[in-house]
Amino acid sequence: MPFRFKPFHLMTPEDYAGIGFRCGLEVHRQLITRTKLFCRCPAGLYSKDYDAEILRHMRPTLSELGEYDGTALMEKKTRKNIYYRVHHGTVCTYEFDDTPPFFMADDALDAAIELALLLRLNLVSELHIARKQYLDGSIPTGFQRTTILGVNGWIPYKGRKIGIRQLGLEEDACREVSDIGHDRVYLTDRLGMPLVEPVTEPDMRTPQEAADVAQIIRKLCRSTGKVRTGIGTVRQDVNVSVKGGTRVEIKGVPQIWRIPRLVYSEARRQCALLYIRDELRRRGITPDSLKHRADEVTRIVAKTRYQPLRAAIGQGLRVKCVVLKGFAGLLNEETQEHTAFAKEFSDRVRVIACLTHLPNMVHSDTASESLYGRDWQKLGRRMSAGPNDALILVWGNEVDTETACQEVVIRAREAATGVPSDTRQALKDGTNGFERVLPGADRMYPDTDLPPLAIPQDRVERIRKRLPEFVWDREARYRAMGLSDEMVETLSLSPRVKLFSRLVDELGTDPTFAAVVTCQRMKAFRRSGLNPELLGDDEVVEVFKAYAHGRLAREGVVKVLRRTLETRTRQPDREVMVADVLQALNAKPLSDEEMAAHVKAAVDRLDDDRFSTLAQRHRHLMGVLMNDLAGRADGGRVAQMVAETLGGHGDCGASVEGRA
Amino acid sequence: MSDKRFQGYRGAGKAVLERCGVGVWSEVDVESSSGRFTGLILPRSETSDDKHVVLKLENGYNVGIAADSISNITEHGRREAHYKIPEKEFPSDPAKPHVTLFGTGGTIASRLDYRTGAVIPAFSPGELYGSVPELADLCNLRTEKLYGVFSENMGPQQYIRLAESIGEEIAKGVDGIVIGHGTDTMHHTSAILTFMVQDSPIPIVMVGSQRSSDRPSSDAAINLINAVKTAAEGDIAEVVVCMFGPTSDQYCLLHRGTRVRKMHSSYRSTFRTIGDIPLAMVDQEKITHLRDDYKRRRSDRSVKINTAFDEMVTILYYYPGMRPDVLDAIVDKGYRGVVIAGTGLGHVNKLVYPALKRAVEKGVHIYMTVQTLWGYVQMYVYETGREIMELGVVPASNMLPEVAYMKLCWALGQTDDRDEVRRIMLTPIADETTEREPYNGYLIYQGAIPEVQEFLRTIKR
Ligand SMILES: [Zn+2]
Repeated sequence: MPFRFKPFHLMTPEDYAGIGFRCGLEVHRQLITRTKLFCRCPAGLYSKDYDAEILRHMRPTLSELGEYDGTALMEKKTRKNIYYRVHHGTVCTYEFDDTPPFFMADDALDAAIELALLLRLNLVSELHIARKQYLDGSIPTGFQRTTILGVNGWIPYKGRKIGIRQLGLEEDACREVSDIGHDRVYLTDRLGMPLVEPVTEPDMRTPQEAADVAQIIRKLCRSTGKVRTGIGTVRQDVNVSVKGGTRVEIKGVPQIWRIPRLVYSEARRQCALLYIRDELRRRGITPDSLKHRADEVTRIVAKTRYQPLRAAIGQGLRVKCVVLKGFAGLLNEETQEHTAFAKEFSDRVRVIACLTHLPNMVHSDTASESLYGRDWQKLGRRMSAGPNDALILVWGNEVDTETACQEVVIRAREAATGVPSDTRQALKDGTNGFERVLPGADRMYPDTDLPPLAIPQDRVERIRKRLPEFVWDREARYRAMGLSDEMVETLSLSPRVKLFSRLVDELGTDPTFAAVVTCQRMKAFRRSGLNPELLGDDEVVEVFKAYAHGRLAREGVVKVLRRTLETRTRQPDREVMVADVLQALNAKPLSDEEMAAHVKAAVDRLDDDRFSTLAQRHRHLMGVLMNDLAGRADGGRVAQMVAETLGGHGDCGASVEGRA
Repeated sequence: MSDKRFQGYRGAGKAVLERCGVGVWSEVDVESSSGRFTGLILPRSETSDDKHVVLKLENGYNVGIAADSISNITEHGRREAHYKIPEKEFPSDPAKPHVTLFGTGGTIASRLDYRTGAVIPAFSPGELYGSVPELADLCNLRTEKLYGVFSENMGPQQYIRLAESIGEEIAKGVDGIVIGHGTDTMHHTSAILTFMVQDSPIPIVMVGSQRSSDRPSSDAAINLINAVKTAAEGDIAEVVVCMFGPTSDQYCLLHRGTRVRKMHSSYRSTFRTIGDIPLAMVDQEKITHLRDDYKRRRSDRSVKINTAFDEMVTILYYYPGMRPDVLDAIVDKGYRGVVIAGTGLGHVNKLVYPALKRAVEKGVHIYMTVQTLWGYVQMYVYETGREIMELGVVPASNMLPEVAYMKLCWALGQTDDRDEVRRIMLTPIADETTEREPYNGYLIYQGAIPEVQEFLRTIKR
């Protein structure tokens, strides 16, 4: 008896174990490089503008081992015109396959080796560039140049090891603009960008674990400082299967938080498909015994009131009917939330027969919502169908409807087998839809344009020497220092981690203060239009040294950094040194006597009528004083003196602490 | 036998395979200092180093493992790859024309070779039908592999055999001939065939591909389909080149064999008619003629085959400051003909005049062409030109340098008589020289100019 699914939030790890849930990840992540991977086009420039269009068609070829790949055959059936939009600044003749590849970008390879070491992979000693066939047109050559750097690594998770099957280095594909009928349009700006692709073993036991592991991989990648961040720079493919099901790939999930719901949906879909398979068996239907019939029925439904069909007939399109013997009732079976089994058929018809205008089919299980009962009766008589049979109508031109009928039958036969191996697209509502047949290893070819590339051991050792600390070790260390979770996460991915260590380890700076300055303050500088990269780590250390030696108050640290940046950003011609700013701020901390004199003067100047409460007065005074004394007096000490001078209530000023 | 077991492996790579008792096509676990790898041992390219063993992993990727890092390899099976294009019998239909496809090598219909990593031709009608089934809609196909050489290795023997084979095929009554050829020297072969095979009653169509047919974006299938269509149904009974036309997958162009030239090292649309317009456009639907002055298809079987060829001809590509001893050396080595690719309207510097004079006196036939490719030799405009002609150098009108080379080889294969050679050279057979250059015969659009950008911006849907 197949498992009937509970709602998402009620599923337990035991439930997932019970259905034999397995899940693995492939994470595609762009690298920060100067050029694209195999040509010298600039990396990371995106624009929807284009200067030219190029039309191509794809033909499947034989793999190295002599077989046509299943995906290849599917794409051949779809017969698409592929239009590439080409922008002068982002694409050269390499990307659209009119020039052979140049040698692989060294900075990309170095970054990939670094990540391979962090993933503890068995490194290969010679790279062979492979061509991975993509006939959907997303790459104009018809294949992606790709290579792997190592196999069999692992990362720690919940006290277990999550296996890392391999790490790939490959070129990114085009961005799809539209796909209507037989015309598919792509933007080529992203094409050829270097991507790393860590692939895990199917070691995740629940949908949430998939998301957790995706997070770990994200952090590990980012800890190198060599991956791009932001929209479109990372895409997760999630592989899901249940016992008795098949490996199905959910393609290109952009955000990690979407993963659990998508994975749940797919597991549920597979269980539902297995239930349908069992039900078909119960009805005596197997892949071999499946009976079907297809015919043109345009004239029979010519007078229908069902609007999409009427419109199609009005445009001179044909209507065809497929009878699936014994399928009655099953097409409404729910396979995902708010998604019926019929969508499996509609998706195939859309993708493979190119009937992209929706709705692209109706079926007899939804009789009341589409055609009138008498239309179905006429169709049933014409097609010799009985009450146990399901009827599916499709419409379009002669060739496409023919393909559509064949696809419906193919999908029905797969239903009698179980779960087909699909690549599926992630939809916004957490469900997924058919994208293409899952390609096998058959689509790999050696690239004859590039020779194998040996990776000398000294190159690996050079990279190993400057590897960042494992991000999970780093995080544990920060947590032990007492940093908040948020701070731990920000800091461990910050490009200034080395600076943080120097401040804490060499100068003995309070970790929270060091973290606030190196992460949050730097971010705040950027938000206010300053470029924090104009400050070198050594300079920041110099400022902290002044603080550590008592030459600068805590508040002064940020003030000096900000003033240096302001000068550098706004007056780029002026060569300003941190030491100059320190001096100009007259940054020597005030003695208690000096501070008391300042406080007293401020209190004397205070116009009592303006403030009704002590707290307001206190707040006002603090504002005035901290502005005057910034960098030279500790905020907490000033607050205390103000409170004392105003008469008690010293606790009012505590909030100033930590405002660094 | 043992050689096959270690196919392509030498030195350290071969030694480790021998030591572990495994060979090519062994399914193995490799223990190395960087860990364990499981896969299938592949043959190694002979041009690669001898320090690595190549494995195909389960995931389809190939990787190299340094031989000196391998401690042990254990075999747990064997699996030999059988590369085979699905071969189906090419259907025969008496109502369809008969086309013969000659294979000479090159990348039209090909497969991968493990050892060299190169692409090698596969050519039987059954294989072709398996990969390009559209051909069966056009004709009954017979194929004959004349030789398998890369196009840069084509030479006189191949030209002669090809011309003779064409003659035999015409006599047998075929309706059209297609010649698969590597693209690098396709225009050389198309030129010499034009001279060797004259007044053919049927189309003789040369075709190749710029992207090998082992890739999905290959131009091989579209070029081949269009070439076969031209041979089977076309009306142009001449030697033509059928290759990719524009940048996009839209149509092929038919170029006259003597006016065509490969103009880009890698673009698909590399073949261009120089100094004139192409003969026709061809796609799967139709052949669209662009000009009317071509030789029509006939039903008779007569053809003139003349395979004369003298190899002692060379092309001298002039550059400023060229010294006369270059030409002296050519003459002293016994060359009988020299085609000069001169600057501008057909010039060389005064320094080589004595060498030209000496060469002509020694009986060498010297013809002037232009390295600008487009345009005519015109040696009357400047005094230098007139002086060069007085030395005995013959202007070759607007003949392309490679075509002039082929024609001079062919002419000197027939006669040594100065006037007769000159008559042959300057009497056009198929537009190798033309009387006029049309206004649209020279079109090299420059990018970024607004009207050109407008043209490039969108493709008609
Ligand atoms: Zn490029």
